[in-house]
Amino acid sequence: MSNRFINILVPVVSIILGLIVGAIVMVFSGYDPIKAYIALWNGIFGSPYAMGETIRQISPYILAGLAVAFAFRTGLFNIGVEGQLIVGWFAAAYIGMAVELPAIIHLPLALLAAAVAGALWGLIPGILKARFGVHEVIVTIMMNYIALHTVNALIKSISGGSYKTEKIHETASLRSEFLSNLTDFSTLHYGILVALAMVIVMWFILEKTKTGFELKSVGFNDQASQYAGMNVKKNIVLSMLISGAFAGLGGAMEALGTFGNIVSRSAFTGIGFDGIAVALLGANTPLGVVFGASLFGSLTYGAGNMPNEAGVPIEIVSIVIALIILFVASGYIIRVVLSKMSKKKEAK
Amino acid sequence: MEYVIEMLNIRKEFGNFVANDNITLQLKEGEIHALLGENGAGKSTLMNVLFGLYQPDGGEIRVRGKTAAITDPNVANNLGIGMVHQHFMLVENLTVTENIILGNEPKKMGMINVKAAAKKVAEISKLYGLDVDPYAKIEDISVGMQQRVEILKTLYRGAEILIFDEPTASLTPQEISELMAIMKKLILEGKSIIIITHKLQEIMDVSDRVTVIRKGQGIGTVITAESNPEELATLMVGRQVTFKTEKTPSNPTEEVLRVENLVVEDYRGIPKVKGLNLSVRKGEIVGIAGIDGNGQTELIEAITGLRKVKSGRVIIDNKDVTGKKPRQITETGVGHIPQDRHKHGLVLDFSVGYNAALQTYYQKPNSKNGIMNYKVISEKAKEIIDMFDVRTQGEHEPARALSGGNQQKLIIGREVDRNPDLLIAALPTRGLDVGAIEFIHKRLIEQRDNGKAVLLLSFELDEVMNVSDRIAVIYDGEIVDTVVPSETSEQELGLLMAGHTKDEMPIVVEEVGLKEGGDHHVK
Repeated sequence: MSNRFINILVPVVSIILGLIVGAIVMVFSGYDPIKAYIALWNGIFGSPYAMGETIRQISPYILAGLAVAFAFRTGLFNIGVEGQLIVGWFAAAYIGMAVELPAIIHLPLALLAAAVAGALWGLIPGILKARFGVHEVIVTIMMNYIALHTVNALIKSISGGSYKTEKIHETASLRSEFLSNLTDFSTLHYGILVALAMVIVMWFILEKTKTGFELKSVGFNDQASQYAGMNVKKNIVLSMLISGAFAGLGGAMEALGTFGNIVSRSAFTGIGFDGIAVALLGANTPLGVVFGASLFGSLTYGAGNMPNEAGVPIEIVSIVIALIILFVASGYIIRVVLSKMSKKKEAK
Repeated sequence: MEYVIEMLNIRKEFGNFVANDNITLQLKEGEIHALLGENGAGKSTLMNVLFGLYQPDGGEIRVRGKTAAITDPNVANNLGIGMVHQHFMLVENLTVTENIILGNEPKKMGMINVKAAAKKVAEISKLYGLDVDPYAKIEDISVGMQQRVEILKTLYRGAEILIFDEPTASLTPQEISELMAIMKKLILEGKSIIIITHKLQEIMDVSDRVTVIRKGQGIGTVITAESNPEELATLMVGRQVTFKTEKTPSNPTEEVLRVENLVVEDYRGIPKVKGLNLSVRKGEIVGIAGIDGNGQTELIEAITGLRKVKSGRVIIDNKDVTGKKPRQITETGVGHIPQDRHKHGLVLDFSVGYNAALQTYYQKPNSKNGIMNYKVISEKAKEIIDMFDVRTQGEHEPARALSGGNQQKLIIGREVDRNPDLLIAALPTRGLDVGAIEFIHKRLIEQRDNGKAVLLLSFELDEVMNVSDRIAVIYDGEIVDTVVPSETSEQELGLLMAGHTKDEMPIVVEEVGLKEGGDHHVK
């Protein structure tokens, strides 16, 4: 079997396996799996509206996945994407609402604000890791809680005690009448273009720039990198900075595209954490992240249709979706094992 | 009946690559049989075939005269074949006994019966003179002891035929001679041994017969007593190998490296280099001889900027580089072949090409305005691969896939190609076979002949004696003496390395003699 064939075959088989096991779960719970899967399909591809919403859902997943993947390539585990995304969301919502500028300046400014906010939120664990050797996993987890509650407090203070901010001005919006009309008045917005642009940015940084060479080198072997004269600490900080910026932009998708404001939350969005799975599914490559995000985004959105159309309760739906993702992830593991085995054989 | 193992015309292919081509190895009962070959010649592949990790594509394996299909290591175990791997497969935080019974635990009413197992381990250990404490934790015992645990593991499982895969690679000289004694003891107790190695002296010391393979081909089997290291080396490499590296007398000119009163501390803040002075001139190779742990590593790391200097000065090309960053020192004109090629020398997951550019990737034309030019880097890598005979499938192959010798050639190529005024080579031939060692020595001498300064750090006395023009002996963080190889002997060097000075030497020798005599008397 050729490599390319295996590359396509493995995820397809994994998805089918996941669907089958999901079906068994539904049968045992007394629901009709065929009806449920038709509902899932319709939820994703059933209408232009559904497709628009699915694509809309994919955008923040791409950015969260890029954030995790980018840090990973430098040997860092950024679990703080969630928090970076929340501060990015707030920053974009605030700039979108508080200032009045022509769209050509306002929208980029709001996006920039989100990226900067996310980057700063990533910078703190980056500096702590580089200077004092504090493990980034601990710091980023804690930074998530700080982000969540700080942003809640900020929302309250700038909205005069309300639980949500005012809507952003039109000039800062990613919404598009054209895309919306095209998809039967869905909330599809230009965010997907921002996300895809960042996919190219990440690829370019890693594969074409000197910075990317250093980041990857530090990620693989920091001691050899130091021997080769690279500034390991600087690269750790830089990696967290760029990773945080991607995450912050993910928040901007929600602020400037989907919701138009930010609402006080009692719990995390989950997008940042799903970003970890997205990055792993995509083997931490930019293009892989697009694939992983598409799977996550479409299942998450499409699943919403299963209770309505097939009467499957949302809890069961969650189990089924988790099973599908689990199988795809294991498929990836199988492939890694296979390729490692063949590599080892070659090496001997 | 005479042979316990016969591997006849074994062939093993990986894709288009033939790792073993028509190799025959016959092991007699009660002999130590050496399997000799260069790095990457196919020794490990052949043994993995015997141990059931690989299936042969051709040929036949016979165990005690009967054809055997060894489909996996369990079959090998049942046939009485045990393997002592080069990289130990032990769980650090379990005890010796727990490691030995792992996967095959004796049970008593559903509980693991460690006591019974420990008793059996102690018995076997005593029988073969292994001297292993069954209750010691692996993380607390030395590398040599850990290897004995691996040996015990195979014996515990009833192995009659033991395969040792490069057993001396990570042992100290003392541990090596102890291992040799254990092997001989094993033979006395009726075991048969195959030892994989590329170290000629060990073969001469311990083996009965030698089977040589070269580039996957079986060259033949010789009786050790009727051979000599020169012949074995020629068989292994396929051409005449010179042990004594040819070189003309050195012609040193001006000073390139000057180390003044250098003090360096290790990570715990304990001084390891204590007021050291050293000078290396253009056109000479200065060897640093010393027993591991006398401050060599710290000295090199301080010179190259990888470690902080506590006090003193490092001057290279008349520039004070004390406390400068590694890159600034590199750019002063220093090439550095680091002691640990996997830790410092290479990014193993990077390609050969990326690694070839590791010191120059940021310079034009490799990169310009922050954008890499991988085409230029590939071209340069091909040049280095050609010039330094790096055997690789190409510049895109991961460095991890290369054999140790080729990894080292790649590093040397990268460092020498930059044409540094000072080349620092730390243990440049560690773990390499004679062919690669010869190549590397030639390159070092070539640098010297081109008017460069070379600082060589080595734990091997032959290497220091052979290659250096001057030998600086390091002991307890200081250079205690500097000698010329032609005017010294290994004995004198050995004593200097042990901390004796030249003046007190005659007395010391006498003392040693007395002491030995005294011991005899008591016995």
